[in-house]
Amino acid sequence: MLEIPMRDGLILAGILFSLGVTGLLVRRNLILVLMSLEVMLNAAGLAFVVAGARWQQADGQIVFLFILAMAAAEVAIGLALVLQLYHEFKSLDADALSEMRGIA
Amino acid sequence: MIQLLWLIVALPVASALILAVLGSHLPRRVVAALGAGSIGVSAVITMLIATEYLSSPLAGQAYTEVLWNWINVAGFEPHVGFYLDALSLVMILVVTFVGFWIHLYSAEFMVHDEGYSRFFAYMNLFVASMLTLLLADNLLVLYVGWEGVGLCSYLLIGFWYRDPANGAAARKAFIVTRVGDTAMLLGLFLLFTSLGTLQIQDLMRQATEQWATGSWLAITAALLLLGGAVGKSAQLPLQVWLPDAMAGPTPTSALIHAATMVTAGVYLIARTHVLFALAPAAQFAVAIVGAATLLLAGCSALTQHDIKRILAYSTVSQIGYMFLALGVGAWSAAIFHFVTHAFFKALLFLGAGVIIEALHDEHSIFRMGGLRKELPVAFWTFLIGGSALAGLPFITAGFYSKDLIIWGAWSAAQGQPGFWIAGMIGALLTSLYTFRLILRVFFGPIQTPVSKRPGYLMTVPLLILAFFALVGGAMKEPLLAFVQSTLPKMVEVNAAGMTETLSEVVAMLVFLIGLSFAYLFHLQNRSLADAAVAHPTAHVVHSWWFADWGFDWLYDKLFVQPFSWVAEINKADFIDAFYTGIARLTEAMYRALQLTQTGLVRWYAAGLAFGSVVFLALVVWT
Amino acid sequence: MELAFYIAAAVAIISTALMLRDVNVVHALLYLIVSLLAVAVVFYVIGAPFVAALEVIIYAGAIVVLFVFVVMMLNLGEQAMTQEKGWLTPGIWFGPTLLAGVLLCEVAYLVVQGGGAQLEAGMVTPKQVGIVLFGPYLIGVELASMLLLAGLVGAYHLGVRTTKRMDV
Repeated sequence: MLEIPMRDGLILAGILFSLGVTGLLVRRNLILVLMSLEVMLNAAGLAFVVAGARWQQADGQIVFLFILAMAAAEVAIGLALVLQLYHEFKSLDADALSEMRGIA
Repeated sequence: MIQLLWLIVALPVASALILAVLGSHLPRRVVAALGAGSIGVSAVITMLIATEYLSSPLAGQAYTEVLWNWINVAGFEPHVGFYLDALSLVMILVVTFVGFWIHLYSAEFMVHDEGYSRFFAYMNLFVASMLTLLLADNLLVLYVGWEGVGLCSYLLIGFWYRDPANGAAARKAFIVTRVGDTAMLLGLFLLFTSLGTLQIQDLMRQATEQWATGSWLAITAALLLLGGAVGKSAQLPLQVWLPDAMAGPTPTSALIHAATMVTAGVYLIARTHVLFALAPAAQFAVAIVGAATLLLAGCSALTQHDIKRILAYSTVSQIGYMFLALGVGAWSAAIFHFVTHAFFKALLFLGAGVIIEALHDEHSIFRMGGLRKELPVAFWTFLIGGSALAGLPFITAGFYSKDLIIWGAWSAAQGQPGFWIAGMIGALLTSLYTFRLILRVFFGPIQTPVSKRPGYLMTVPLLILAFFALVGGAMKEPLLAFVQSTLPKMVEVNAAGMTETLSEVVAMLVFLIGLSFAYLFHLQNRSLADAAVAHPTAHVVHSWWFADWGFDWLYDKLFVQPFSWVAEINKADFIDAFYTGIARLTEAMYRALQLTQTGLVRWYAAGLAFGSVVFLALVVWT
Repeated sequence: MELAFYIAAAVAIISTALMLRDVNVVHALLYLIVSLLAVAVVFYVIGAPFVAALEVIIYAGAIVVLFVFVVMMLNLGEQAMTQEKGWLTPGIWFGPTLLAGVLLCEVAYLVVQGGGAQLEAGMVTPKQVGIVLFGPYLIGVELASMLLLAGLVGAYHLGVRTTKRMDV
């Protein structure tokens, strides 16, 4: 609807993405990690929609739809895993799950 | 008939192959029939060919049979061919005939051994190689036979391979003869490059045409061939392997290390006698080697107590006689002695086998005694063989052949009085150690009881060989005349100061002196022998002679230990370090990479982020 | 009216940053919701009302709600908050910030280099999206539905809390 430079939209997506990466690397709580992943996916989707709006085509929004579907499936399974992990290890620390290190 | 010459070699080869492949599945009787039978048929064919050869003389008195072309490259075209003349006929007659009786003997001797078929396969292969060597018409095929007998000698010495000492003895034999073989190979190279052919007859002709007598080429080639002969025939300085080779089964010792293989050197020199005639220095070297060896080995034989080792040193000594004969130019005398020696030495070894078996594997003569009543056949045949060896006058073949050599040492073209004296001293030693052996083993009190008597297959060969040891003397004139079609007649040049009769008388005296001393020390008053050895100087000399005049010790210090030392320090050489370095580097890299496997999710995510940053940087900056 | 875009953008960025720093998980979730709503506004402003609605309904309304359910189920409590405080030391921010910062610079550089195109003033209506969805992208729809089915089955299977122990 409005005349906005595509550059700004993409930079917004980039900033959100970097914030997501930072959160992924910093936080140790598994739920926060998954949330940072959602932020990253959202940023990527934003980039797609901006691109689609640039060309006034629906393709960008279609891809965002697919990203959404994928994020939903991933979250469902991810949280189910988190529940199992908490049941097993009584902790949500990502660093506690490091048995696959060194030589097997 | 003479066209079947190739069969003589082919039959043992075929038998060896069949036994090697199928032998373990065949029953013992079949194996023995195949093993001994192939040699027997070869012997029969040889005798038929011999009668044909004698009755209808051939042109040039030689028959050549070319089987196939072997190599054809750049003018070098040796073929595989057999050459039959008087010399090779005599030798193959002896090899097949004596070989057959020994095979028959071993059919019973080895019957309890688990490697029965393996033994016959090796023995047949050996006979085939020896026949190839004897019948070869060019030096390359001769070398094939040479190597073949060396291989079979190794296989048979180490026949009871589970004992590492046997393997060591086999290795020693192979390595020492290898030294000689290398010299011979160099001689072949020299002959081929300077004369352009390896055909023996052509070679001899070309040598006389192109080389002057005493030219250094001839001397070098002859000395190199002498090196090979010295190795194979266990002469000085390569005689160290033969006493240890007694680790093999007794039939092997009889066939290979008494009658046949060790005479291959004698055959080689006789075959290439033209070359030696062109190189008087080399021929003199042959005589020196022979004389020195016969004395050395005789002294050593006097001190040994293992019955087979006494016979081994005796073999070395007798071949020394043959070399002496070749060296002074008494070519046919050497061949005559070879024939008689084959019979009585094989007889002695087979008899020793009977004794060892009967006394349940006892080898030391000082623990034997009084077997003359217990093993009568063995006693009489052994006595005949021993007398032939020592030269009992008139009735034994050994008397005639040895006397001929000793006489030739004085009188032949290259003869020297010194050689005659050496031959006489050698005869004294021979008589001494032979009767020491016989008196210790067969006379006196019984020390070890007899547990096993030999059967027919073992006694009949003894009888046959004893017969020939006796009548062989009658063969002297016909044999000499026969062989002289190939080898030059011994020219009696320096007859001054000695006649043949006088030489024979001295030989008889020497025999009697030896016999009486042996009787004195080893039967009448045995403590004298112990007292003599206990005397300080005598003890030192005795130990020295017992250890083969220190040659084993010398070679150990000179060659074996430096080689082991080099091999030891080379274990960690820099080439190895290079390869282990690569391995260690890989290991270090592995350990470094292992550090990245922390198992932490965030670490891996950081890795991903870092990777994408780098990738984008690449995109940005290119 | 371009201002709406920039305000919504600022809100999204700030709330995401606050989300990252928060010690309490539920607070972080709420910040996430705010961020997503701001992004929905951005979508609307650039002429993509369909995905704006989807963002709100599905992303903020279903996915984040799922997060909330799980957090509530886990019932973490005070001890978890202390743990989080212990983990979020100041030093821990350095490396990731650097990495993300470099990444951002590179992306920004590439974007700026791409030239200044203007987003056209127009709207891509839901009708257009629907036509394209059921036209060329039909396969994608079917695949997405299969993916969701897989997610459903997996989540059910993994979430079964049984008396007999189930290995994940």
